[in-house]
Amino acid sequence: MESFADGGLPPDDVVVAALRAGDEAMFATLLDTWSRGMLWLARSHVSTNDSAQEVVQDTWLAVIRGIDAFEGRSSVKTWVYRILVNTARKRGVRENRVVPWSSAFEHESPTVEPARFQDADDLLPGFWKDAPAAWPTPEGEVLATEMRGLITKALAELPHRQRVVITLRDVEGCTSEEVCEILEISPANQRVLLHRARAAVRGRLEEYFETAGRSA
Amino acid sequence: MKRFSCDEVVELVTAYLEGELDETTRCLFAEHLSGCEGCARYLGQIRATADALGALGASGPGAGGEPSRPPSDGLPQSARERLLAAFREHRRS
Ligand SMILES: [Zn+2]
Repeated sequence: MESFADGGLPPDDVVVAALRAGDEAMFATLLDTWSRGMLWLARSHVSTNDSAQEVVQDTWLAVIRGIDAFEGRSSVKTWVYRILVNTARKRGVRENRVVPWSSAFEHESPTVEPARFQDADDLLPGFWKDAPAAWPTPEGEVLATEMRGLITKALAELPHRQRVVITLRDVEGCTSEEVCEILEISPANQRVLLHRARAAVRGRLEEYFETAGRSA
Repeated sequence: MKRFSCDEVVELVTAYLEGELDETTRCLFAEHLSGCEGCARYLGQIRATADALGALGASGPGAGGEPSRPPSDGLPQSARERLLAAFREHRRS
């Protein structure tokens, strides 16, 4: 297996046949590829990291038990994530932690600081006053490691729903259709959450590059 | 014809990247971008952000990140071992 990214997974029918045949390497690959995204997703429904880990473990146990009955009506990934969401919801209800997934309040505020645009008294209201500066091209292992840490931290700081969507989409490589199906949200809602999350992470990177540029 | 301002453009980047803008809006968006360095750069940075997140995924669980953080790097080794054992066990029975 050359890559853990989803691009590295074989087609669903191959995956299902391998699991049914008891191919442990295939199971391990799925486990390693999806568990992180599953943990984030679980964490948005339950109150502790330990709970989230238990939800993910229970999900994989259900996958082990259920793979023979899997009918292929959705992708394997969507099927696994749907089991996860159901498991997490049940547990979230027990923990009195119900996260409303369909609320639309997040449409409202702008994703870029309004002060960065010219205001009504300026020459070109709504146009950049403080336009983004160019970013250095990330090269070298030190910067790569630092960026990884920074991005992990930025993800951790996002509101749960945004974090789940951006993790599924950009980190795990799910399609928007998959995410809508997994989370039972509308395409518009999915897009808003992704948009806000990307803008927030971009903002973190911008802060980082600005500070790095000043101290250099 | 309507012209977008920068503060409108930055709210459309994701819809643009998702291919969700209607023809007219997409044209206005592209037109703004071709004449606005700030917005072109903003779009590029949103793309770069998504790419960097993708690289985080491609690096695989266990690579980087701090263990004390909320679940960022997959299941702990012990849980992974238990699940693999459960898989072996179930398949044998
Ligand atoms: Zn602009």
